[in-house]
Amino acid sequence: MTESNNRIVFENVSKFYGEVLGVNRVNLSLPPGVTSLVGPNGSGKTTLMNLMTGLIRPTQGSITVLGLTSDDPEEFFRHVGYCTQFDSFPKGATGHEFICQSLRLRGLNEAEAGKLAWEAIERLGMGDAARRRVAGYSKGMRQRIRLAQAIAHHPTVLVLDEPLNGLDPMARAETIALFEALGKQGLHVIVSSHVLHEVDKISDQVVLMSYGYVVAEGQIHGVRSEVKEHPMQILVRCGNPSGMASRLFSQDHVVEAKLNQDGKGVLVRTRDADQFYLLLNRIMVEEDFSLEAVTPADDDVNSLYQYLIGGAAGGTV
Amino acid sequence: MSPLASARKFFQEASWQLWFTQVMAILRIELKKSLWMRRSIWIYLLAFGPVLVIGGHALESRMGRNCNLTEDTQVLAGIFQLFYLRLGIFFGCMGLFTWLFRGEIVEKSLHYYFLAPMRREVLTIGKFLAGLIAAVLTFGTSVLLSFTLMYAHFGAPGSAFVFDGGGLGHLFQYLGVTLLACVGYGSIFLALSLVIKNPIIPGIAVLLWETFHAVLPSLLQKLSVMFYLKQLCPVSIPSEGLLALFTVVAEPVPAWLAVPGLLCLCSAILVYACLRMRRTEISYLAD
Repeated sequence: MTESNNRIVFENVSKFYGEVLGVNRVNLSLPPGVTSLVGPNGSGKTTLMNLMTGLIRPTQGSITVLGLTSDDPEEFFRHVGYCTQFDSFPKGATGHEFICQSLRLRGLNEAEAGKLAWEAIERLGMGDAARRRVAGYSKGMRQRIRLAQAIAHHPTVLVLDEPLNGLDPMARAETIALFEALGKQGLHVIVSSHVLHEVDKISDQVVLMSYGYVVAEGQIHGVRSEVKEHPMQILVRCGNPSGMASRLFSQDHVVEAKLNQDGKGVLVRTRDADQFYLLLNRIMVEEDFSLEAVTPADDDVNSLYQYLIGGAAGGTV
Repeated sequence: MSPLASARKFFQEASWQLWFTQVMAILRIELKKSLWMRRSIWIYLLAFGPVLVIGGHALESRMGRNCNLTEDTQVLAGIFQLFYLRLGIFFGCMGLFTWLFRGEIVEKSLHYYFLAPMRREVLTIGKFLAGLIAAVLTFGTSVLLSFTLMYAHFGAPGSAFVFDGGGLGHLFQYLGVTLLACVGYGSIFLALSLVIKNPIIPGIAVLLWETFHAVLPSLLQKLSVMFYLKQLCPVSIPSEGLLALFTVVAEPVPAWLAVPGLLCLCSAILVYACLRMRRTEISYLAD
């Protein structure tokens, strides 16, 4: 597979619903791994996912997934699995029947479909409930059975619209671990989520969206270093924080150096992270500050979201 | 590449086995829904209403008392042409076929089909066949029961007519026309459901078209399902007064032309439905 055939590519894609903008002039090239789509409600995340999976068509531009388009559904949907936000199921179906039905539509016989269905059900920890009707499931169980349906055919591209909604903390942790494992296997896992601190842990790259536009995209660290108007925050834990603060503050690129609340470190705001790390190396060579840890304090999806889009704090939007 | 060569290439490379398996999977899902859904109750009432009426008549006139074979044959022909074809099968197909896709949109489950590695054409044909089987099973059974009750109560003369006097031929013709009516109306309502959200208004328009096609120019008459069906019925009903509107065929075509004519009309409508389905997007909120 060539490099371009292993990517999800949006070329100048726009989608309008009548006069209402869905997404506008989107250019993306997503490599394998976990990609988080982040943005407030109405920013165009679901539209982007629906476009990616051929549920809707672009008003202009073109989309290819691993070099395929949804105009060839027989090939395209062998590789793509999509867990939508629509909380609906075929009437009267049990969890197992629901997954089997969708596998039979893929042309599999009953035995193959049953085997793959159980495999997916076990993977999502739904074995006990699979023979019960979906109508009697809790919201979290419905979410998990839809996830099982999306991964049952072993897709190479997995698109997940708010997959953590309704899940309890335990199920969330297991589901996130599953996404991470799938990402590491070389799958494309595209996740939209409001729970920023949770997707942050597993995301290889992030796409930030606002009002139908892609505001930023790429690896989180790379995107963060592009945000010049918000100096990077770095927490330095060391033995003599006040001494460290005074050494650091004499530099031009250091905008602020303040003692951390627990008194055991310095929170530094710098316009040039690379320069800062060089400076820190020099200081450590010249003086003994017994350095314990250096950690970026705002090099995450949540901070990027706040800087580029604005709005809620606390890890969710 | 010439059209003939591309057609040959298509037929050679087509995934017939996959399409067959997918159609069977669709039938399994859809037949369960169409035959057992609560919404179908009114269709069953509509379909089996005449059976109750004829059953009542059979009870009242046991062994052919107060009636005769010729008269009852005319009555059955009238019930078939005026009730089954114009009301029962028409509205039954409207209920069944418009719900095939519209129901999925209302219940927000169409995307499960769209996310399967399946051509939209295969989905359309699969759904159409599911609706057709459900409609033919329902109305075919009803016609069969009506026919049986109508002649069984005559006793020996009734069975002599059925088995030696051409009655069996009538039955096969009635069943054949029922099948063709389901094909015709089914294709129309399936296509309409992809174009218009509320099937009531287009349904009334189609009903008017089918009812009054006899007053239309000859070419337009051929775009009506009823034009073909009327000519295929085994027994003509009297064409007097207002009834003539429903029974007269101004320029009849022979059966060997009427059947392919109707099938061509339906195929054209289904091709349109397939093309329409190809462009369909999921927008449940807009619907």
